[in-house]
Amino acid sequence: MIRFVVKRLWNGALTLAALVTLTFFVMRLAPGGPFSKNRKLSPEVIANIEATYHLDEPLWMQFGRFVWGLLRLDLGPSTRFRDYSVGDIIASGLPYSLTIGFWAVIVATTVGIALGVAGALRRNGFTDYAAGTIGVIGIAIPIFVIGPVMQAVFALKLSWVPVGGWNDGWRSLILPVIVLSLPNIAYISRLTRTSMIETMRENYVRTARAKGIGEWRTIWRHTLKGTLLPVIAYLGPATAAIITGSILIETIFALPGIGRHFVDAALNRDYPLVMGITLLYGGLLILFNIATDLVRAWLDPRLRHDG
Amino acid sequence: MTVEIVPPRPVSTLGLQFRRFRRNRLAMASVYVLTLIVLACFFGPMFFPFTGQDADFGNISAPIDLFSIHPFGTDDFGRDLLVRVLEGGQVSLTIGFLGALVAGVIGVLYGAVAGYVGGRLDGLMMRLVEILYGFPYVILVILLSLLLGGGNVALFAAIVFTLWLTPAVIVRAQAQSLARKEFIEAARAGGMTHRQIVVEHIVPNCVSVVIVYGSLLVPEVILSESFLSFLGIGIKEPQASWGNLIQAGTAAMDTDLRLLLLPGTMLAIVLFCLNFIADGLRDAFDPNDR
Repeated sequence: MIRFVVKRLWNGALTLAALVTLTFFVMRLAPGGPFSKNRKLSPEVIANIEATYHLDEPLWMQFGRFVWGLLRLDLGPSTRFRDYSVGDIIASGLPYSLTIGFWAVIVATTVGIALGVAGALRRNGFTDYAAGTIGVIGIAIPIFVIGPVMQAVFALKLSWVPVGGWNDGWRSLILPVIVLSLPNIAYISRLTRTSMIETMRENYVRTARAKGIGEWRTIWRHTLKGTLLPVIAYLGPATAAIITGSILIETIFALPGIGRHFVDAALNRDYPLVMGITLLYGGLLILFNIATDLVRAWLDPRLRHDG
Repeated sequence: MTVEIVPPRPVSTLGLQFRRFRRNRLAMASVYVLTLIVLACFFGPMFFPFTGQDADFGNISAPIDLFSIHPFGTDDFGRDLLVRVLEGGQVSLTIGFLGALVAGVIGVLYGAVAGYVGGRLDGLMMRLVEILYGFPYVILVILLSLLLGGGNVALFAAIVFTLWLTPAVIVRAQAQSLARKEFIEAARAGGMTHRQIVVEHIVPNCVSVVIVYGSLLVPEVILSESFLSFLGIGIKEPQASWGNLIQAGTAAMDTDLRLLLLPGTMLAIVLFCLNFIADGLRDAFDPNDR
Protein backbone atom coordinates (compact mmCIF):
# COMPACT_ATOMS: atom_id res chain seq x y z
CA MET A 1 0.00 0.00 0.00
CA ILE A 2 2.74 2.49 0.89
CA ARG A 3 4.65 1.51 -2.24
CA PHE A 4 1.52 2.21 -4.23
CA VAL A 5 1.08 5.67 -2.72
CA VAL A 6 4.73 6.54 -3.19
CA LYS A 7 4.65 5.43 -6.78
CA ARG A 8 1.54 7.45 -7.53
CA LEU A 9 2.96 10.51 -5.83
CA TRP A 10 6.19 10.16 -7.80
CA ASN A 11 4.25 9.86 -11.08
CA GLY A 12 2.17 12.85 -10.10
CA ALA A 13 5.25 14.91 -9.36
CA LEU A 14 6.68 13.97 -12.77
CA THR A 15 3.46 15.01 -14.48
CA LEU A 16 3.40 18.29 -12.61
CA ALA A 17 7.04 18.97 -13.50
CA ALA A 18 6.33 18.27 -17.17
CA LEU A 19 3.24 20.47 -17.04
CA VAL A 20 5.07 23.37 -15.44
CA THR A 21 8.02 23.14 -17.83
CA LEU A 22 5.79 22.93 -20.87
CA THR A 23 3.63 25.82 -19.70
CA PHE A 24 6.69 27.94 -19.00
CA PHE A 25 8.19 27.54 -22.44
CA VAL A 26 4.92 27.64 -24.36
CA MET A 27 4.02 30.92 -22.67
CA ARG A 28 7.37 32.46 -23.58
CA LEU A 29 7.26 31.18 -27.14
CA ALA A 30 3.75 32.49 -27.77
CA PRO A 31 3.82 35.78 -29.64
CA GLY A 32 3.52 38.96 -27.60
CA GLY A 33 4.71 39.80 -24.13
CA PRO A 34 3.28 41.20 -20.92
CA PHE A 35 4.00 44.79 -21.93
CA SER A 36 3.42 44.70 -25.66
CA LYS A 37 -0.21 45.78 -25.29
CA ASN A 38 0.59 48.89 -23.25
CA ARG A 39 0.38 52.44 -24.50
CA LYS A 40 3.31 53.40 -26.63
CA LEU A 41 6.28 53.47 -24.32
CA SER A 42 9.74 54.56 -25.22
CA PRO A 43 12.16 51.67 -25.77
CA GLU A 44 14.16 52.70 -22.70
CA VAL A 45 11.11 52.44 -20.46
CA ILE A 46 10.23 49.02 -21.85
CA ALA A 47 13.80 47.86 -21.41
CA ASN A 48 13.67 49.10 -17.83
CA ILE A 49 10.41 47.32 -17.06
CA GLU A 50 11.61 44.12 -18.66
CA ALA A 51 14.81 44.29 -16.64
CA THR A 52 12.75 44.63 -13.45
CA TYR A 53 10.91 41.42 -14.26
CA HIS A 54 14.08 39.75 -15.61
CA LEU A 55 12.47 39.36 -19.01
CA ASP A 56 15.69 40.50 -20.72
CA GLU A 57 17.61 37.45 -19.56
CA PRO A 58 18.02 34.36 -21.75
CA LEU A 59 15.18 31.86 -21.46
CA TRP A 60 17.12 29.23 -19.53
CA MET A 61 18.09 31.79 -16.91
CA GLN A 62 14.48 32.86 -16.54
CA PHE A 63 13.50 29.25 -16.14
CA GLY A 64 16.21 28.70 -13.54
CA ARG A 65 14.99 31.77 -11.67
CA PHE A 66 11.43 30.45 -11.81
CA VAL A 67 12.41 27.00 -10.50
CA TRP A 68 14.47 28.58 -7.73
CA GLY A 69 11.51 30.76 -6.78
CA LEU A 70 9.23 27.74 -6.86
CA LEU A 71 11.46 25.90 -4.40
CA ARG A 72 11.08 28.83 -2.01
CA LEU A 73 7.32 28.93 -2.74
CA ASP A 74 7.68 32.39 -4.22
CA LEU A 75 6.21 32.90 -7.68
CA GLY A 76 7.08 36.56 -7.83
CA PRO A 77 4.95 39.59 -8.62
CA SER A 78 2.22 39.60 -11.23
CA THR A 79 3.13 41.61 -14.31
CA ARG A 80 -0.43 42.84 -14.67
CA PHE A 81 -1.43 43.72 -11.14
CA ARG A 82 1.86 45.36 -10.31
CA ASP A 83 1.51 45.64 -6.55
CA TYR A 84 0.36 42.10 -5.92
CA SER A 85 2.32 38.89 -5.83
CA VAL A 86 0.91 35.80 -7.50
CA GLY A 87 0.47 34.31 -4.06
CA ASP A 88 -1.70 37.26 -2.98
CA ILE A 89 -3.94 37.02 -6.04
CA ILE A 90 -4.47 33.29 -5.66
CA ALA A 91 -5.04 33.59 -1.91
CA SER A 92 -7.70 36.24 -2.44
CA GLY A 93 -9.60 34.33 -5.14
CA LEU A 94 -9.22 30.72 -4.02
CA PRO A 95 -11.73 30.78 -1.13
CA TYR A 96 -14.54 31.80 -3.51
CA SER A 97 -13.67 29.14 -6.09
CA LEU A 98 -13.34 26.47 -3.42
CA THR A 99 -16.66 27.40 -1.78
CA ILE A 100 -18.55 27.11 -5.05
CA GLY A 101 -16.65 23.97 -6.03
CA PHE A 102 -17.26 22.35 -2.63
CA TRP A 103 -21.02 22.90 -2.69
CA ALA A 104 -21.27 21.87 -6.32
CA VAL A 105 -19.52 18.57 -5.56
CA ILE A 106 -21.78 17.96 -2.54
CA VAL A 107 -24.95 18.71 -4.48
CA ALA A 108 -23.83 16.72 -7.52
CA THR A 109 -22.93 13.59 -5.54
CA THR A 110 -25.95 13.50 -3.23
CA VAL A 111 -28.53 14.32 -5.89
CA GLY A 112 -26.79 12.25 -8.55
CA ILE A 113 -26.45 9.12 -6.41
CA ALA A 114 -29.98 9.47 -5.04
CA LEU A 115 -31.46 9.79 -8.53
CA GLY A 116 -29.38 6.90 -9.82
CA VAL A 117 -30.33 4.57 -6.96
CA ALA A 118 -34.00 5.52 -7.21
CA GLY A 119 -33.92 4.91 -10.95
CA ALA A 120 -32.27 1.51 -10.54
CA LEU A 121 -34.68 0.36 -7.83
CA ARG A 122 -37.80 1.33 -9.73
CA ARG A 123 -36.70 0.77 -13.29
CA ASN A 124 -38.90 2.45 -15.89
CA GLY A 125 -40.90 4.12 -13.14
CA PHE A 126 -41.56 7.83 -12.90
CA THR A 127 -38.37 8.64 -11.00
CA ASP A 128 -36.36 6.69 -13.51
CA TYR A 129 -37.73 8.70 -16.41
CA ALA A 130 -37.35 11.97 -14.54
CA ALA A 131 -33.74 11.12 -13.71
CA GLY A 132 -33.12 10.07 -17.29
CA THR A 133 -34.47 13.37 -18.56
CA ILE A 134 -32.33 15.37 -16.16
CA GLY A 135 -29.41 13.23 -17.25
CA VAL A 136 -29.86 13.97 -20.93
CA ILE A 137 -30.42 17.67 -20.32
CA GLY A 138 -27.43 17.95 -18.03
CA ILE A 139 -25.15 16.25 -20.52
CA ALA A 140 -26.36 17.92 -23.69
CA ILE A 141 -26.91 21.52 -22.65
CA PRO A 142 -23.60 23.18 -21.90
CA ILE A 143 -23.04 25.27 -18.77
CA PHE A 144 -22.62 28.45 -20.77
CA VAL A 145 -26.08 28.08 -22.29
CA ILE A 146 -28.03 26.93 -19.27
CA GLY A 147 -26.25 29.39 -16.97
CA PRO A 148 -27.24 32.57 -18.78
CA VAL A 149 -30.76 31.22 -19.44
CA MET A 150 -31.32 30.50 -15.75
CA GLN A 151 -29.84 33.87 -14.96
CA ALA A 152 -32.31 35.53 -17.30
CA VAL A 153 -35.28 33.62 -15.91
CA PHE A 154 -34.65 33.39 -12.17
CA ALA A 155 -32.66 36.57 -11.65
CA LEU A 156 -33.77 39.08 -14.26
CA LYS A 157 -37.42 38.07 -14.76
CA LEU A 158 -38.40 36.61 -11.39
CA SER A 159 -35.80 38.32 -9.18
CA TRP A 160 -35.64 35.27 -6.88
CA VAL A 161 -31.86 35.27 -6.75
CA PRO A 162 -29.17 37.84 -7.48
CA VAL A 163 -27.89 38.01 -11.08
CA GLY A 164 -24.29 37.61 -10.06
CA GLY A 165 -21.59 38.86 -7.76
CA TRP A 166 -20.94 37.85 -4.18
CA ASN A 167 -22.83 40.46 -2.19
CA ASP A 168 -25.90 38.52 -1.08
CA GLY A 169 -24.37 35.83 1.09
CA TRP A 170 -25.63 32.33 0.44
CA ARG A 171 -28.23 33.59 -2.00
CA SER A 172 -25.55 34.49 -4.53
CA LEU A 173 -24.34 30.89 -4.32
CA ILE A 174 -27.60 29.25 -5.41
CA LEU A 175 -27.48 29.70 -9.18
CA PRO A 176 -23.74 29.11 -9.67
CA VAL A 177 -23.86 25.92 -7.60
CA ILE A 178 -26.92 24.55 -9.41
CA VAL A 179 -25.50 25.30 -12.83
CA LEU A 180 -22.07 23.91 -12.00
CA SER A 181 -23.47 20.71 -10.51
CA LEU A 182 -26.02 19.98 -13.23
CA PRO A 183 -23.77 18.18 -15.75
CA ASN A 184 -22.26 16.20 -12.91
CA ILE A 185 -25.64 15.24 -11.49
CA ALA A 186 -26.35 13.91 -14.97
CA TYR A 187 -23.20 11.84 -15.25
CA ILE A 188 -23.29 10.56 -11.68
CA SER A 189 -26.94 9.51 -11.82
CA ARG A 190 -26.39 7.62 -15.09
CA LEU A 191 -23.28 5.97 -13.77
CA THR A 192 -24.96 5.03 -10.48
CA ARG A 193 -28.00 3.61 -12.24
CA THR A 194 -26.05 1.31 -14.59
CA SER A 195 -23.66 0.25 -11.89
CA MET A 196 -26.45 -0.42 -9.38
CA ILE A 197 -28.40 -2.55 -11.86
CA GLU A 198 -25.25 -4.54 -12.51
CA THR A 199 -24.44 -4.94 -8.84
CA MET A 200 -27.94 -6.13 -7.99
CA ARG A 201 -27.32 -9.08 -10.30
CA GLU A 202 -24.15 -10.09 -8.44
CA ASN A 203 -24.10 -13.37 -6.59
CA TYR A 204 -23.20 -11.85 -3.24
CA VAL A 205 -26.26 -9.61 -3.38
CA ARG A 206 -28.47 -12.56 -4.18
CA THR A 207 -26.88 -14.45 -1.29
CA ALA A 208 -27.54 -11.55 1.07
CA ARG A 209 -31.13 -11.39 -0.02
CA ALA A 210 -31.51 -15.18 0.25
CA LYS A 211 -30.30 -15.01 3.83
CA GLY A 212 -33.36 -12.88 4.48
CA ILE A 213 -31.70 -9.79 5.87
CA GLY A 214 -34.26 -7.41 4.46
CA GLU A 215 -34.38 -5.31 1.33
CA TRP A 216 -33.05 -2.03 2.73
CA ARG A 217 -30.22 -3.63 4.61
CA THR A 218 -29.20 -5.52 1.50
CA ILE A 219 -29.09 -2.29 -0.44
CA TRP A 220 -27.35 -0.34 2.27
CA ARG A 221 -24.74 -2.87 3.35
CA HIS A 222 -24.06 -4.85 0.21
CA THR A 223 -25.23 -3.25 -2.99
CA LEU A 224 -24.22 0.34 -2.44
CA LYS A 225 -20.55 -0.41 -1.88
CA GLY A 226 -20.21 -2.15 -5.22
CA THR A 227 -22.32 0.50 -6.88
CA LEU A 228 -20.15 3.38 -5.80
CA LEU A 229 -16.85 2.10 -7.22
CA PRO A 230 -17.24 3.53 -10.72
CA VAL A 231 -18.88 6.63 -9.28
CA ILE A 232 -15.82 7.30 -7.15
CA ALA A 233 -13.57 6.65 -10.12
CA TYR A 234 -15.46 9.38 -11.90
CA LEU A 235 -15.55 11.70 -8.93
CA GLY A 236 -11.81 12.32 -8.68
CA PRO A 237 -11.26 13.85 -12.10
CA ALA A 238 -14.74 15.40 -11.89
CA THR A 239 -13.92 17.27 -8.69
CA ALA A 240 -10.88 18.74 -10.34
CA ALA A 241 -12.97 19.53 -13.42
CA ILE A 242 -15.59 21.23 -11.26
CA ILE A 243 -12.95 23.47 -9.80
CA THR A 244 -11.55 24.21 -13.27
CA GLY A 245 -15.09 24.51 -14.62
CA SER A 246 -15.42 27.47 -12.34
CA ILE A 247 -13.69 29.44 -15.12
CA LEU A 248 -17.01 29.54 -16.95
CA ILE A 249 -19.16 29.94 -13.87
CA GLU A 250 -17.08 32.81 -12.58
CA THR A 251 -17.26 34.53 -15.95
CA ILE A 252 -21.02 34.10 -16.25
CA PHE A 253 -21.88 35.09 -12.68
CA ALA A 254 -19.14 37.70 -12.21
CA LEU A 255 -17.68 35.98 -9.17
CA PRO A 256 -14.35 37.05 -7.67
CA GLY A 257 -12.69 33.61 -7.81
CA ILE A 258 -9.46 32.56 -9.52
CA GLY A 259 -11.07 31.02 -12.60
CA ARG A 260 -11.53 34.29 -14.40
CA HIS A 261 -7.91 35.20 -13.70
CA PHE A 262 -6.67 32.27 -15.69
CA VAL A 263 -8.00 33.27 -19.08
CA ASP A 264 -7.19 36.93 -18.49
CA ALA A 265 -3.69 36.10 -17.34
CA ALA A 266 -3.06 33.96 -20.42
CA LEU A 267 -4.39 36.67 -22.71
CA ASN A 268 -2.38 39.40 -20.96
CA ARG A 269 0.74 37.23 -20.99
CA ASP A 270 0.96 37.62 -17.24
CA TYR A 271 3.61 34.90 -17.05
CA PRO A 272 3.92 34.55 -13.26
CA LEU A 273 0.16 34.41 -12.70
CA VAL A 274 -0.34 31.80 -15.43
CA MET A 275 2.37 29.67 -13.85
CA GLY A 276 0.75 29.99 -10.44
CA ILE A 277 -2.72 28.99 -11.59
CA THR A 278 -1.36 26.17 -13.77
CA LEU A 279 0.49 24.79 -10.77
CA LEU A 280 -2.60 25.05 -8.62
CA TYR A 281 -4.98 23.38 -11.09
CA GLY A 282 -2.46 20.75 -12.13
CA GLY A 283 -1.63 19.96 -8.52
CA LEU A 284 -5.30 19.68 -7.58
CA LEU A 285 -6.08 17.42 -10.52
CA ILE A 286 -3.19 15.09 -9.71
CA LEU A 287 -3.97 14.98 -6.00
CA PHE A 288 -7.63 14.19 -6.64
CA ASN A 289 -6.67 11.40 -9.01
CA ILE A 290 -4.41 9.85 -6.38
CA ALA A 291 -7.05 10.24 -3.68
CA THR A 292 -9.56 8.53 -5.96
CA ASP A 293 -7.29 5.55 -6.47
CA LEU A 294 -6.75 5.26 -2.73
CA VAL A 295 -10.45 5.32 -1.92
CA ARG A 296 -11.14 2.74 -4.61
CA ALA A 297 -8.41 0.48 -3.30
CA TRP A 298 -9.90 0.82 0.17
CA LEU A 299 -13.36 -0.12 -1.08
CA ASP A 300 -12.26 -2.88 -3.44
CA PRO A 301 -9.50 -5.18 -2.21
CA ARG A 302 -9.00 -6.54 -5.74
CA LEU A 303 -7.46 -3.24 -6.82
CA ARG A 304 -4.89 -3.17 -4.05
CA HIS A 305 -2.13 -5.23 -5.62
CA ASP A 306 -2.24 -3.73 -9.06
CA GLY A 307 -0.02 -0.71 -8.54
CA MET B 1 -36.18 -26.01 -65.88
CA THR B 2 -33.58 -25.51 -63.26
CA VAL B 3 -34.37 -24.04 -59.93
CA GLU B 4 -31.95 -21.31 -59.17
CA ILE B 5 -30.81 -21.50 -55.63
CA VAL B 6 -30.27 -18.11 -54.16
CA PRO B 7 -27.99 -18.35 -51.18
CA PRO B 8 -28.92 -16.02 -48.35
CA ARG B 9 -26.89 -12.87 -48.59
CA PRO B 10 -24.11 -13.07 -46.07
CA VAL B 11 -24.50 -10.48 -43.36
CA SER B 12 -21.36 -9.06 -41.86
CA THR B 13 -21.17 -8.24 -38.19
CA LEU B 14 -20.93 -4.59 -39.11
CA GLY B 15 -24.07 -4.86 -41.23
CA LEU B 16 -25.87 -6.57 -38.39
CA GLN B 17 -24.82 -3.86 -36.00
CA PHE B 18 -26.06 -1.12 -38.29
CA ARG B 19 -29.33 -2.96 -38.71
CA ARG B 20 -29.66 -3.01 -34.94
CA PHE B 21 -28.89 0.70 -34.85
CA ARG B 22 -31.57 1.44 -37.44
CA ARG B 23 -34.20 -0.12 -35.16
CA ASN B 24 -33.43 2.46 -32.46
CA ARG B 25 -36.06 5.11 -33.09
CA LEU B 26 -34.57 7.86 -30.94
CA ALA B 27 -31.17 7.43 -32.54
CA MET B 28 -32.58 7.36 -36.06
CA ALA B 29 -34.69 10.46 -35.41
CA SER B 30 -31.51 12.14 -34.17
CA VAL B 31 -29.74 11.17 -37.39
CA TYR B 32 -32.49 12.81 -39.44
CA VAL B 33 -32.60 15.97 -37.34
CA LEU B 34 -28.84 16.26 -37.42
CA THR B 35 -28.75 15.78 -41.20
CA LEU B 36 -31.36 18.49 -41.54
CA ILE B 37 -29.36 20.90 -39.40
CA VAL B 38 -26.15 20.15 -41.29
CA LEU B 39 -27.88 20.77 -44.62
CA ALA B 40 -29.49 23.96 -43.31
CA CYS B 41 -26.17 25.28 -42.02
CA PHE B 42 -24.27 24.62 -45.23
CA PHE B 43 -26.90 25.46 -47.82
CA GLY B 44 -29.33 27.72 -45.95
CA PRO B 45 -27.25 30.91 -46.13
CA MET B 46 -27.21 30.64 -49.94
CA PHE B 47 -30.88 31.57 -50.06
CA PHE B 48 -30.27 34.93 -48.48
CA PRO B 49 -29.02 37.90 -50.50
CA PHE B 50 -26.57 38.83 -47.73
CA THR B 51 -23.99 37.13 -45.56
CA GLY B 52 -23.88 37.00 -41.76
CA GLN B 53 -21.31 39.76 -41.77
CA ASP B 54 -23.31 42.27 -43.80
CA ALA B 55 -24.89 44.98 -41.69
CA ASP B 56 -28.39 46.13 -42.64
CA PHE B 57 -28.46 49.59 -41.11
CA GLY B 58 -32.13 50.05 -41.96
CA ASN B 59 -33.02 47.08 -39.71
CA ILE B 60 -30.95 47.28 -36.56
CA SER B 61 -32.15 44.96 -33.75
CA ALA B 62 -35.12 43.93 -35.86
CA PRO B 63 -37.55 41.67 -33.95
CA ILE B 64 -38.59 38.17 -34.99
CA ASP B 65 -40.86 38.37 -38.02
CA LEU B 66 -41.08 35.11 -39.90
CA PHE B 67 -42.33 36.75 -43.09
CA SER B 68 -39.76 39.51 -43.39
CA ILE B 69 -36.34 39.26 -45.00
CA HIS B 70 -34.86 38.70 -41.52
CA PRO B 71 -37.04 35.87 -40.16
CA PHE B 72 -35.31 35.80 -36.78
CA GLY B 73 -34.45 39.47 -36.70
CA THR B 74 -31.07 41.15 -36.58
CA ASP B 75 -28.52 41.92 -33.90
CA ASP B 76 -27.46 45.39 -32.81
CA PHE B 77 -25.21 45.74 -35.86
CA GLY B 78 -28.11 44.89 -38.17
CA ARG B 79 -26.63 41.50 -39.05
CA ASP B 80 -29.14 38.79 -39.83
CA LEU B 81 -29.40 36.47 -36.88
CA LEU B 82 -30.57 33.35 -38.68
CA VAL B 83 -27.78 33.55 -41.24
CA ARG B 84 -25.23 34.19 -38.50
CA VAL B 85 -26.41 31.16 -36.54
CA LEU B 86 -26.30 28.99 -39.67
CA GLU B 87 -22.84 30.23 -40.59
CA GLY B 88 -21.71 29.69 -37.02
CA GLY B 89 -23.03 26.16 -37.38
CA GLN B 90 -20.79 25.59 -40.39
CA VAL B 91 -17.75 26.42 -38.29
CA SER B 92 -18.84 24.46 -35.23
CA LEU B 93 -19.94 21.37 -37.15
CA THR B 94 -16.87 21.29 -39.39
CA ILE B 95 -14.54 21.56 -36.43
CA GLY B 96 -16.61 18.96 -34.59
CA PHE B 97 -16.61 16.24 -37.22
CA LEU B 98 -13.17 16.92 -38.63
CA GLY B 99 -11.70 17.23 -35.15
CA ALA B 100 -13.22 13.96 -34.00
CA LEU B 101 -12.00 12.24 -37.15
CA VAL B 102 -8.42 13.47 -36.84
CA ALA B 103 -8.26 12.86 -33.08
CA GLY B 104 -9.76 9.40 -33.66
CA VAL B 105 -7.26 8.45 -36.38
CA ILE B 106 -4.28 9.62 -34.33
CA GLY B 107 -5.60 7.85 -31.24
CA VAL B 108 -6.31 4.59 -33.08
CA LEU B 109 -2.89 4.39 -34.74
CA TYR B 110 -1.06 5.33 -31.55
CA GLY B 111 -3.06 2.87 -29.46
CA ALA B 112 -2.81 0.07 -32.02
CA VAL B 113 0.98 0.37 -32.24
CA ALA B 114 1.42 0.60 -28.47
CA GLY B 115 -0.87 -2.33 -27.78
CA TYR B 116 0.50 -4.56 -30.53
CA VAL B 117 4.20 -3.93 -30.00
CA GLY B 118 3.98 -3.94 -26.22
CA GLY B 119 7.04 -4.08 -24.02
CA ARG B 120 9.21 -1.07 -23.48
CA LEU B 121 7.81 1.01 -26.34
CA ASP B 122 4.31 0.48 -24.98
CA GLY B 123 5.44 1.56 -21.53
CA LEU B 124 7.04 4.69 -22.94
CA MET B 125 4.08 5.60 -25.15
CA MET B 126 1.60 5.10 -22.34
CA ARG B 127 3.71 7.10 -19.93
CA LEU B 128 3.43 10.01 -22.35
CA VAL B 129 -0.35 9.58 -22.49
CA GLU B 130 -0.49 9.42 -18.72
CA ILE B 131 1.44 12.66 -18.38
CA LEU B 132 -0.77 14.41 -20.91
CA TYR B 133 -3.85 13.06 -19.11
CA GLY B 134 -2.68 14.72 -15.94
CA PHE B 135 -2.68 18.10 -17.67
CA PRO B 136 -5.62 20.29 -16.89
CA TYR B 137 -7.47 20.25 -20.17
CA VAL B 138 -8.50 23.91 -20.25
CA ILE B 139 -4.97 25.09 -19.60
CA LEU B 140 -3.57 22.91 -22.35
CA VAL B 141 -6.06 24.11 -24.94
CA ILE B 142 -5.57 27.76 -24.04
CA LEU B 143 -1.78 27.43 -24.12
CA LEU B 144 -1.77 25.65 -27.45
CA SER B 145 -4.08 28.09 -29.14
CA LEU B 146 -1.90 30.92 -27.79
CA LEU B 147 1.26 29.27 -29.06
CA LEU B 148 -0.17 28.72 -32.49
CA GLY B 149 -1.20 32.35 -32.65
CA GLY B 150 -4.96 32.00 -32.36
CA GLY B 151 -7.25 31.55 -35.34
CA ASN B 152 -9.25 28.61 -36.57
CA VAL B 153 -6.37 26.28 -37.36
CA ALA B 154 -4.73 26.84 -33.98
CA LEU B 155 -8.00 26.20 -32.22
CA PHE B 156 -8.52 23.03 -34.22
CA ALA B 157 -5.03 21.73 -33.53
CA ALA B 158 -5.34 22.50 -29.83
CA ILE B 159 -8.64 20.65 -29.52
CA VAL B 160 -7.39 17.62 -31.45
CA PHE B 161 -4.22 17.53 -29.41
CA THR B 162 -6.18 17.24 -26.17
CA LEU B 163 -8.77 14.73 -27.36
CA TRP B 164 -6.80 11.90 -28.99
CA LEU B 165 -5.84 10.42 -25.64
CA THR B 166 -9.03 8.56 -24.78
CA PRO B 167 -9.30 6.67 -28.10
CA ALA B 168 -5.61 5.81 -27.81
CA VAL B 169 -6.08 4.22 -24.39
CA ILE B 170 -9.18 2.31 -25.46
CA VAL B 171 -7.66 0.99 -28.68
CA ARG B 172 -4.47 0.02 -26.88
CA ALA B 173 -6.39 -2.24 -24.51
CA GLN B 174 -8.21 -3.80 -27.46
CA ALA B 175 -5.01 -4.23 -29.46
CA GLN B 176 -3.27 -5.79 -26.50
CA SER B 177 -5.82 -8.56 -26.24
CA LEU B 178 -5.90 -8.98 -30.02
CA ALA B 179 -2.12 -9.34 -30.21
CA ARG B 180 -2.35 -12.57 -28.23
CA LYS B 181 -5.00 -14.12 -30.49
CA GLU B 182 -4.17 -17.08 -32.73
CA PHE B 183 -4.98 -15.40 -36.02
CA ILE B 184 -2.37 -12.73 -35.36
CA GLU B 185 0.17 -15.44 -34.68
CA ALA B 186 -0.93 -17.14 -37.89
CA ALA B 187 -0.50 -13.89 -39.79
CA ARG B 188 2.99 -13.53 -38.38
CA ALA B 189 3.82 -17.12 -39.24
CA GLY B 190 2.49 -16.49 -42.73
CA GLY B 191 5.10 -13.81 -43.17
CA MET B 192 3.17 -10.59 -42.73
CA THR B 193 5.23 -7.66 -41.54
CA HIS B 194 4.37 -5.94 -38.26
CA ARG B 195 3.15 -2.95 -40.17
CA GLN B 196 0.81 -5.05 -42.29
CA ILE B 197 -0.54 -6.78 -39.21
CA VAL B 198 -1.29 -3.47 -37.47
CA VAL B 199 -2.96 -1.96 -40.51
CA GLU B 200 -4.80 -5.04 -41.77
CA HIS B 201 -5.68 -6.96 -38.62
CA ILE B 202 -5.41 -4.83 -35.51
CA VAL B 203 -7.02 -1.62 -36.74
CA PRO B 204 -10.04 -3.23 -38.50
CA ASN B 205 -10.75 -5.29 -35.40
CA CYS B 206 -10.93 -2.17 -33.31
CA VAL B 207 -13.47 -0.53 -35.60
CA SER B 208 -16.57 -1.10 -33.51
CA VAL B 209 -14.96 0.26 -30.34
CA VAL B 210 -13.70 3.21 -32.32
CA ILE B 211 -17.10 4.00 -33.83
CA VAL B 212 -18.70 4.01 -30.40
CA TYR B 213 -16.12 6.26 -28.80
CA GLY B 214 -15.63 8.34 -31.92
CA SER B 215 -19.29 9.25 -31.85
CA LEU B 216 -18.79 10.56 -28.32
CA LEU B 217 -15.83 12.63 -29.50
CA VAL B 218 -17.90 14.74 -31.89
CA PRO B 219 -20.03 16.44 -29.22
CA GLU B 220 -16.92 16.82 -27.09
CA VAL B 221 -15.08 18.68 -29.84
CA ILE B 222 -18.08 20.90 -30.58
CA LEU B 223 -18.39 21.67 -26.90
CA SER B 224 -14.68 22.55 -26.64
CA GLU B 225 -14.89 24.85 -29.62
CA SER B 226 -17.89 26.73 -28.32
CA PHE B 227 -16.48 26.79 -24.80
CA LEU B 228 -13.28 28.45 -26.03
CA SER B 229 -15.10 30.81 -28.36
CA PHE B 230 -17.38 31.71 -25.46
CA LEU B 231 -14.36 32.66 -23.37
CA GLY B 232 -13.02 34.72 -26.28
CA ILE B 233 -10.06 32.46 -27.08
CA GLY B 234 -11.51 30.54 -29.99
CA ILE B 235 -13.19 31.89 -33.07
CA LYS B 236 -13.35 35.66 -33.07
CA GLU B 237 -15.82 38.21 -34.35
CA PRO B 238 -16.87 39.06 -37.01
CA GLN B 239 -16.72 35.38 -37.97
CA ALA B 240 -19.59 33.65 -36.24
CA SER B 241 -19.48 30.42 -34.26
CA TRP B 242 -22.04 29.09 -31.83
CA GLY B 243 -19.70 29.80 -28.95
CA ASN B 244 -19.14 33.47 -29.68
CA LEU B 245 -22.79 33.99 -30.67
CA ILE B 246 -23.82 32.63 -27.27
CA GLN B 247 -21.28 34.90 -25.66
CA ALA B 248 -22.69 37.91 -27.50
CA GLY B 249 -26.17 36.77 -26.51
CA THR B 250 -25.15 36.64 -22.85
CA ALA B 251 -23.89 40.18 -23.03
CA ALA B 252 -27.20 41.41 -24.48
CA MET B 253 -29.30 39.19 -22.22
CA ASP B 254 -31.22 41.87 -20.33
CA THR B 255 -32.44 43.59 -23.50
CA ASP B 256 -32.81 40.79 -25.98
CA LEU B 257 -32.93 37.16 -24.86
CA ARG B 258 -33.34 35.95 -28.46
CA LEU B 259 -29.64 36.55 -29.18
CA LEU B 260 -28.83 33.95 -26.54
CA LEU B 261 -31.65 31.51 -27.12
CA LEU B 262 -31.26 30.99 -30.87
CA PRO B 263 -27.63 29.84 -30.98
CA GLY B 264 -28.01 28.18 -27.59
CA THR B 265 -30.95 26.09 -28.75
CA MET B 266 -29.18 25.08 -31.95
CA LEU B 267 -26.11 23.97 -30.02
CA ALA B 268 -28.24 22.08 -27.51
CA ILE B 269 -30.23 20.29 -30.24
CA VAL B 270 -27.04 19.21 -32.02
CA LEU B 271 -25.55 17.98 -28.75
CA PHE B 272 -28.78 16.12 -27.90
CA CYS B 273 -28.76 14.40 -31.29
CA LEU B 274 -25.09 13.48 -31.11
CA ASN B 275 -25.54 12.02 -27.64
CA PHE B 276 -28.57 9.97 -28.67
CA ILE B 277 -26.69 8.70 -31.73
CA ALA B 278 -23.71 7.78 -29.58
CA ASP B 279 -26.03 5.94 -27.16
CA GLY B 280 -27.66 4.13 -30.05
CA LEU B 281 -24.32 3.11 -31.50
CA ARG B 282 -23.19 1.82 -28.14
CA ASP B 283 -26.32 -0.27 -27.75
CA ALA B 284 -26.02 -1.62 -31.28
CA PHE B 285 -22.34 -2.45 -31.12
CA ASP B 286 -22.03 -3.51 -27.57
CA PRO B 287 -25.28 -5.06 -26.39
CA ASN B 288 -23.66 -6.65 -23.36
CA ASP B 289 -22.61 -3.31 -22.05
CA ARG B 290 -26.01 -2.28 -20.74
